[in-house]
Amino acid sequence: MNDGKKRDKKVFQLTRRKALKSLAAGAAVLALPSRDAAASVWDAFFQKHFRRMTRSDLEKVLARLEREYSQEYAQEVKVGVTPPIEGVKYGYGLDLSRCIGCRRCVYGCVEENNQSRDPQIHWIRVVRLKKEKGTDLHYAEHYYNPSQVPEPGHFYMPIQCQQCEKPPCTKVCPVQATWTEKDGIVVVDYNWCIGCRYCMAACPYGARHFNWAKPRIPNDSLNPQTHYLGNRPRPVGVVEKCTYCIQRTRQQPGRYPACLEACPVGARKFGNLLDPESEIRKLIENKRVYILKEELNTQPKFFYFF
Amino acid sequence: MRNVFSFAKGSLVLVGKGSKAYYIWVFSLLALISMGVLAYLYQMRNGLIVTAMRDQVSWGFYISNFTFLVGVAAAAVLLVIPAYVYHWKPIKEIAILGELLAVSAILMCLLFVTADLGRPDRFWHLIPVIGLLNFPQSLLAWDVFVLNLYLTLNLVIASYMLYSLYHKREPKKSFITPLLLFSIPAAISIHTVTAFLYSGMGARIFWNASILAPRFLASAFCSGPAFMILVFLLVRRYTKFQIKDAAIHKIAELIAYAMFINLFLLGAEVFKEFYTASAHLVPMKYLFFGIDGHTALVPWIWTAMLFNLTAFFIFLAPSVRKNHFMLVVGCVLIFIGVYIEKGMGLVIPGFVPDVLHEIYEYKPTGIEVMVSLGIWAAGLFIFTLLLRIAIPILNGDFHIAADGRGSHIGDHLFLVQARAADPEEDAGHGPEASARSDP
Ligand code: SF4
Ligand code: SF4
Repeated sequence: MNDGKKRDKKVFQLTRRKALKSLAAGAAVLALPSRDAAASVWDAFFQKHFRRMTRSDLEKVLARLEREYSQEYAQEVKVGVTPPIEGVKYGYGLDLSRCIGCRRCVYGCVEENNQSRDPQIHWIRVVRLKKEKGTDLHYAEHYYNPSQVPEPGHFYMPIQCQQCEKPPCTKVCPVQATWTEKDGIVVVDYNWCIGCRYCMAACPYGARHFNWAKPRIPNDSLNPQTHYLGNRPRPVGVVEKCTYCIQRTRQQPGRYPACLEACPVGARKFGNLLDPESEIRKLIENKRVYILKEELNTQPKFFYFF
Repeated sequence: MRNVFSFAKGSLVLVGKGSKAYYIWVFSLLALISMGVLAYLYQMRNGLIVTAMRDQVSWGFYISNFTFLVGVAAAAVLLVIPAYVYHWKPIKEIAILGELLAVSAILMCLLFVTADLGRPDRFWHLIPVIGLLNFPQSLLAWDVFVLNLYLTLNLVIASYMLYSLYHKREPKKSFITPLLLFSIPAAISIHTVTAFLYSGMGARIFWNASILAPRFLASAFCSGPAFMILVFLLVRRYTKFQIKDAAIHKIAELIAYAMFINLFLLGAEVFKEFYTASAHLVPMKYLFFGIDGHTALVPWIWTAMLFNLTAFFIFLAPSVRKNHFMLVVGCVLIFIGVYIEKGMGLVIPGFVPDVLHEIYEYKPTGIEVMVSLGIWAAGLFIFTLLLRIAIPILNGDFHIAADGRGSHIGDHLFLVQARAADPEEDAGHGPEASARSDP
């Protein structure tokens, strides 16, 4: 018997002994491992909506989450709640003529944002398109595996949450578990989402992903610097999505999103749309801009250049 | 108050009493329910990964069943209108059974939605004030609201009427008539809101059609009443409750109109999509012909089409639909036809191909089927118990005792051997009538 099994057995015996004892006392019994754990299950159940929490509610919740994550992943995990920066609205740019379809952004994102490795969740999807068919997604190839990129006759289009100005996903959520923050980022409260997946049906960009099983991340691959509304480990049964790396970009001085840093050809651009001097504004002004599914009037803050 | 208590007690006694057939029926349902519960527990433990749903097809069999059952529930109005707006006596006597069906169907709807939730433990987030309902923005919030309203309305109406009959008094008109009238728009609203839930999304071209709500209503007025006719035929055959042919024939006639409108609206939509042949066509093409060799739904939808058309012709000719054998065939065909069309045939093509045009073919897993069977069994179980109480009341077998305190229970069997044919009523009903007089 290895150590883990031994430990499990001991815990089991302990709880059983305890359970029998309380049964003898005539009390109703929940065979939960310890009083602390029971209390935290209870606290989690009654946790309020993020935007309804007071400062002290929030502090308690963060402390509980940090304790739970640290225990589960055997390292110290921080959960921040850095608020939006005044006067900032984030915009993303992607140069279609530069993207080579290598998908390093996809995996950079997975590592930074603690996406489940098994089953796999990817917030970014890169599709391969034929030059002569243009951006018609009907001809998009989702699974391609060339020995070398880029391939002649093709171009590539990474698709992730477009942080819509008029997001259909937040409109439909029955419990307001998802909303737009002041800096334009659409977020999800993973502790409030009921997992109805209505938002997934409403998103025109396939940007929302559901935790069909309990997400699995090896302890040593966890990124312990997390944000409550961003990359903290998610529970099973809730929806998650790209947040423009809220845990990085809201820092002051801000950092770039992980996908941008991972891109080997500099196809990705990021900045403050409200600042006329920012790189993203210059690009929008000087380059040809393509908006994905512009006819749906979702008004993305994600701009494709070509 | 004491009367309410003895009524409740009497009802409980009734539910536990019955013939052998009744026990067999109830216990088979209970067995199916337990199987469903076990399957659901398995799903709770492992997450929705045990279903065939994935990010590409994020709603599946559960929501398909939900959509169909909302229609069944809405169909009670088809009885309420002739009974209480036009005061047509033969239907008035049975309208209450329609309301009980609505109650059971809504409960099934709620169960199906719960089975579909990733976090059923957080259902309380949907309760106004203590939770945070996104009202009036989210159509799902509206749906929660109207479904519960309609459930409450039908529960109140049915229990008040039965309670009055139990006391052998006329229901108070001033109380019940407004509720009944209000239940008509409420029934229409549950189905309209459910249709809007789909048609309000620009991202899903298959659903994003203004014709969707009328189509929902038309098909609802076929499937619900078809189920009701089947129930009526069974009830009058296996219980002591009398239901007049005239009532059944009237409902069959209404189904014929509804089916015509249903097929017409479908035709209108099919024409627009195929004649235009724009990129919008893809989901419909997937549904009817398959795309790129993906054809999972094709056999199903053609079966549905065939069933609906056949049923339409059966119901079209009065002489045919008055033949009770043909009537049963027609009702079964409609029920299955609409079940496929409004269930998988509506929900899945909304997701295939997905918004990035990927094709993921969905086929429910065993767990999904077992959970769904369990929920259907639960619905039938509830409906059976409700009938078990309602029918003796309507029969006069269950009423307040002469002393005005306890209750009188005359009926101990409920399900009985097929009644000997009443020669007058059954004259000339073909094979059904002769089968019925068999020992
Ligand atoms: S891309 Fe989808 S998930 Fe992102 S904001 Fe728009 S609708 Fe919402
Ligand atoms: S899955 Fe969660 S975030 Fe999405 S609509 Fe439902 S409750 Fe809202």
